[in-house]
Amino acid sequence: MHKKQNFLSVFLNGLIVENPTFVLMLGMCPTLGITTQAMNGVGMGLATTFVLVFSNLFISLLRNIIPEKVRIPSYIVIIASFVTLIDLMMQAFLPDLRASLGTYIPLITVNCIIFARAESYAAKNPPILSIADGLGMGLGFTCSITLLSCVRELFGSGTIFGLQMMPEAYQPMAVMNQVPGGFVTLGLMMIIVNFIRTAIQNKNTRKEAAA
Amino acid sequence: MNVYLSMLIGYILVNNYVMCQFFGICPFLGVSKKFDTALGMGMAVTFVITLASFITWLIQYYLLTPFNLGYLQTIAFILVIAVLVQVVENALKKLSFSLYQALGVYLPLITTNCVVLAVAINNITDGWNLLEATFSGCCSALGFTLALLLLSCIRERLELSNMPKWMKGSPGALITAGLMAISFMGFGGLI
Repeated sequence: MHKKQNFLSVFLNGLIVENPTFVLMLGMCPTLGITTQAMNGVGMGLATTFVLVFSNLFISLLRNIIPEKVRIPSYIVIIASFVTLIDLMMQAFLPDLRASLGTYIPLITVNCIIFARAESYAAKNPPILSIADGLGMGLGFTCSITLLSCVRELFGSGTIFGLQMMPEAYQPMAVMNQVPGGFVTLGLMMIIVNFIRTAIQNKNTRKEAAA
Repeated sequence: MNVYLSMLIGYILVNNYVMCQFFGICPFLGVSKKFDTALGMGMAVTFVITLASFITWLIQYYLLTPFNLGYLQTIAFILVIAVLVQVVENALKKLSFSLYQALGVYLPLITTNCVVLAVAINNITDGWNLLEATFSGCCSALGFTLALLLLSCIRERLELSNMPKWMKGSPGALITAGLMAISFMGFGGLI
């Protein structure tokens, strides 16, 4: 059974069904490293989406030209070029955001999401679908890390996007802004996601059994 | 000498790239299911990072800086790392086949290990000289290996424990890593 692929189904697949953070577990370093403030999550997610869409497009266009043996260096050069582009653009237009994201911007180059999509999707599919895949995966990544960073910012500083959320008396949990907080929050969120997924699966199997 | 000692302690315990700075999380979670594979990955990474720190330093100060090509840093470094990984793989195959068999599977994965690129970039940002840069690379890699080995030992035990189904695998590993990171915070005041 081969399902026909169209723009929307590929897009939704990246956004929800194969969400890069919660389902594929890719790109963990930026996911944990910069998610102390919601704004950082949005910035990082959009920068990654930009790189992902363009690298997918170009790798897909060149998929019949790049020889099999040198594909890894070729992909990496294409990806690194777009990363440099967004890095310089952010330095010019959004210097504050660039400063708070720090080394993680050049490190988008080695974000495994981008590489994995290039290898497993863009190298085998036509350009339009590859753009859909890049957009879906990128926005899926953006949503997950924004969610994660909202939770961490809420408990770590009592704010979301810089707006005071917690009552004045709330003592911020400093550990949420540090490494352990990141690991544990993501772990707990993943438990919730797994819980929902198992519940849906069980429901589907019961439905099939009934039918 | 003092610089090197504080680097050794700093990069392995106090500023461990995995446990205190969030780099290299993907291989950290991906290849930590078994102790043996973790050891293989750790050795391969140590080898590549040490070499990569040495070469990227030379590239930065003899190629990029003199010709004002600073903006090409990311592209140049990642290319060097990708090529280096390939070279190491081929060289090992010819020189020591037993080592190649032990490390072979992990070598291609190292290209996308962000510790390698992060160490190379940070060496330049911190303004180390050639020897210091190489040494810092070596120590950072040893810190990565330490974290990887510790987590793999814990995960081998976790496999046997009776956990709820939705907590098995990565969520459990993430929470374990969180607890490990708390203990690494205890080294905070050493330097």
